[in-house]
Amino acid sequence: MVSAAGSFSRPPRFKPGDRVWVPARAALGHCRTPWYVRGKPGVVAAVHGSFRDPERLAYHRPGLPAQVLYKVRFRQLDVWPSYLAGQADHIEVDIYEPWLEPQP
Amino acid sequence: MPAPKRKTMLRQGAGGRAAHDVGGLAFGPIDRAEHDLALWEKRTDAMQRLLTSPGKRAFTVDGLRRVIEDYGEQAYDRTTYYEKWIRALRNLLVEQDVLTREEIERRMAEVRQKHQTAGRRVVKAKVPW
Repeated sequence: MVSAAGSFSRPPRFKPGDRVWVPARAALGHCRTPWYVRGKPGVVAAVHGSFRDPERLAYHRPGLPAQVLYKVRFRQLDVWPSYLAGQADHIEVDIYEPWLEPQP
Repeated sequence: MPAPKRKTMLRQGAGGRAAHDVGGLAFGPIDRAEHDLALWEKRTDAMQRLLTSPGKRAFTVDGLRRVIEDYGEQAYDRTTYYEKWIRALRNLLVEQDVLTREEIERRMAEVRQKHQTAGRRVVKAKVPW
């Protein structure tokens, strides 16, 4: 199954609460991972499901294998080093599994 | 299309990011003014919905985004939301062999001629491919 929230073509690599980070690599072509979270540590807040891969769909390919999409929570202080508001503030970003690594 | 009022923004400390991926860069204040959509903008939106609908699938919204992201900084910054869309829709129709570039340019010339003959103001600028 693909493109259905809550269904998976393979088991998700991460679960809610897992500590992850976003690789600080550049991307060639269409990419959904914003630059400002690359290289930043976060925590998996939710597993959305398995969806056709937009990085492939963008080039008229079927978008398979489907990729697991996560909601990842970052501390604003980690994302913006000069952040001046609340220490506990956070931002949540939807990120596909190939753009997540476990925190060492 | 209305004349673009926007200017190309300097991307200081942008690293290797793509032209559209500007979150966190200094880009000046955000224009939060509400505005009515022009008829051509509504039609552009409708065309996108029809062309990506399950019955048609000429391309995906991901493809639309990819074409827009590939415009480069100058075109990206100087065009409005639906100006980006209409150019991408046109180019994707050619990319996917739905229409040829010649068919589109011929039709555009006909439309221009029709409006000129009727005494309407016709914008000279062409949208680059």
